[in-house]
Amino acid sequence: MKPEAQKETISVANLPQEGFLELDQYIETTAKDESVLIHVLHKAQSIFGYLPREVQLYVGRKLNVSGAKVFGVVSFYSYFTTNPVGKHKINVCTGTACYVRGVEKVFDKFKELLAVENGGTTEDKIFTLKDVRCVGACGLAPVVMVDDKVFGHVKPEDVEKIIQQYREAE
Amino acid sequence: MDLVNIKINDVPLQVPKGTTILNAAKKINVKIPTLCHLELECFGIVNKVSSCRVCMVEALGRPTLVPACSEEVYEGLEVKTDSLKAINARRMAVELLLSNHPKDCLVCPKNLDCELQALAQELGVREIHFQGQMMHYEKDTSSYSIVKDANKCVMCRRCETMCNEVQTCNILSAVNRGFDVFVGPAFNMPMAESSCTFCGQCVAVCPTAALTEMNYTRKVWRSLNDPKIHTVVQVAPAIRVAIGEEFGMEPGEVTTGQLAAALRKLGFDGVFDTDFAADLTIMEEASELVHRIQHNGTLPMLTSCCPAWVKFFEHQFPDMLDIPSTCKSPQIMFGTIAKTYYAEKKNLDPKNIQVISVMPCVAKKAEAARPELTKDEHNNVDTVITTRELAAMLKEAGIDFANLEPQSFDSMLGESTGAGVIFGATGGVIEAATRTAYEWITGETLENVDFHALRGMDGLREADVQIGDITLKIGIAHGLGNARRLLEDIRDGKSQYHAIEIMACPGGCIGGGGQPYHHGDMSIIEKRRQAIYKEDAGMARRKSHENKEILALYDEYLGKPYGEKAHELLHTHYTPKDKI
Repeated sequence: MKPEAQKETISVANLPQEGFLELDQYIETTAKDESVLIHVLHKAQSIFGYLPREVQLYVGRKLNVSGAKVFGVVSFYSYFTTNPVGKHKINVCTGTACYVRGVEKVFDKFKELLAVENGGTTEDKIFTLKDVRCVGACGLAPVVMVDDKVFGHVKPEDVEKIIQQYREAE
Repeated sequence: MDLVNIKINDVPLQVPKGTTILNAAKKINVKIPTLCHLELECFGIVNKVSSCRVCMVEALGRPTLVPACSEEVYEGLEVKTDSLKAINARRMAVELLLSNHPKDCLVCPKNLDCELQALAQELGVREIHFQGQMMHYEKDTSSYSIVKDANKCVMCRRCETMCNEVQTCNILSAVNRGFDVFVGPAFNMPMAESSCTFCGQCVAVCPTAALTEMNYTRKVWRSLNDPKIHTVVQVAPAIRVAIGEEFGMEPGEVTTGQLAAALRKLGFDGVFDTDFAADLTIMEEASELVHRIQHNGTLPMLTSCCPAWVKFFEHQFPDMLDIPSTCKSPQIMFGTIAKTYYAEKKNLDPKNIQVISVMPCVAKKAEAARPELTKDEHNNVDTVITTRELAAMLKEAGIDFANLEPQSFDSMLGESTGAGVIFGATGGVIEAATRTAYEWITGETLENVDFHALRGMDGLREADVQIGDITLKIGIAHGLGNARRLLEDIRDGKSQYHAIEIMACPGGCIGGGGQPYHHGDMSIIEKRRQAIYKEDAGMARRKSHENKEILALYDEYLGKPYGEKAHELLHTHYTPKDKI
């Protein structure tokens, strides 16, 4: 997470109450201490879609871990996001193999057509674009994943078609 | 004890198993440079993260170099600290740190006091072979106390150890990873919005200028040079045993007389002593303690002189705000008296008085700005500078501090007793209170004022003091982590104490975050501590209630200790605060 992105570390007043209930039920099944912090954060992100300030502090208090420590972990792992994400997550692999096969141009095309930067979410909240390190499908490089679906050998000219496919389904 | 045979630079020696290479080398006077390493004996805590790689040495037969600060010796180990391989590795580690470190040393607040700068010099770095990216974070100047400049962070993690392990404030953590990593509070929020107590122990141990104090020396210069302003200065007890270090004097040299002379030379209109206000605090605090004991009030009573401690309990123990004494701290009491009693006697409009405090502490800056202490039309204390800032001003003014002819403080708010000066060391406040409470409760003269059981450097201490038919149970903690343990015991109903003294910093104010940097040498703090008690022993009066100027203040202005006017002027209240 770049310094600019941190400024957006979001604070949301009205998160769904049932989300916290679900999180509580999960925490009850754990050791309820620092050792389960990452697991609980994963669960929280799967519930809320992202980890706004309130959720991080909530988890910290439940596990008796300081807010600074929770944020330290959240900002360390690129998997965690503190900003709301779109309905579909477009992950562009920038691992070595994809990189040498020209993924940068593909990535640029996504940025151009979606009008977002890396880590950004489109205004209509449909797409979040993010780089990921090697997804382990180097034979298909350059690789783009949209949610769980893998697109291999992607060329810049394929990008519009991929986006269109998901837009139309909306 | 298991001993192992090792060789360091071909010198054979025997050391106990478990010794680090760094400590083994010290035994034969071989210096291995360190940066992140920090040993805090009085807390039994060692910052041993091995992150800086500045102490790399060669261990023969091992494929890679090893960090001397954390690598333990074993039988037959042969270490080379001075091989070309080791020297080059250490220099490269420093060069890499410097490649992403601002090169503004000339105008940096830590210039000539920076451990990274000193290392670069020591290791003969004359060129930085790596031209890479630099971090560009905004400086955090949100608080009154601490400036955080993440661009100068070298990730030694000393501040984290202080904040999380020693003080248990848990404000600081590593943020981000890889190149972008730095130390900051949750959500990288401004320090002022966090639950930081501003104890300044992070500042005290930061090797660079990533954490420094907010500097108010310009403001003081402006006040001194404004003819309309009557400037009144107070110096805290701990300053006189430490400021000499900034002028090449030995740690622990007492410079009370030079301080008074130096402040007068700088041009302050009233040169006064916080020790006077410490005596005043004892009049109120001992009264409050006696009152609570005799009227079945809330016990234990906790001291309230330390602003970091006050902020700590507001954030961490908001349900227990009835326990601390309601006494304002000596610094704030002084400000109040300067702008009321002193103003009246001197026939000055308090609006034209500025009170400047010289404190060993950065939390005192934030304390002076607390809303409930500034709610009157004028602040009680206008500006707070640290020991280091005063030393810098004296240097700017070209004052030869070490060779000044000693002078006395001005009268009216300048007299003090030995009880006032020991406020600077852990255990001192409660000892001062005990001296007075003893005489008030028993009506007898206390012959031996030295309560040795209350002194020392152990983090948690307790002592029973017999006062008439009361056995006064006293607890003492320095370091907020130790304070937390005492507070948790009180909350759990396990505490039997009547009175507890708490100071946030190691050794008390003498180890404050605004004092000359000790660079990890805790023996300096011990020397300051001894100096405090030496000063006390040499005083003509050693009980606060024998201070003639204090007695005059009550007689002419305040009325009775713990009375109505004293309550209005010298007592305060606390506010529960959020924990982030």
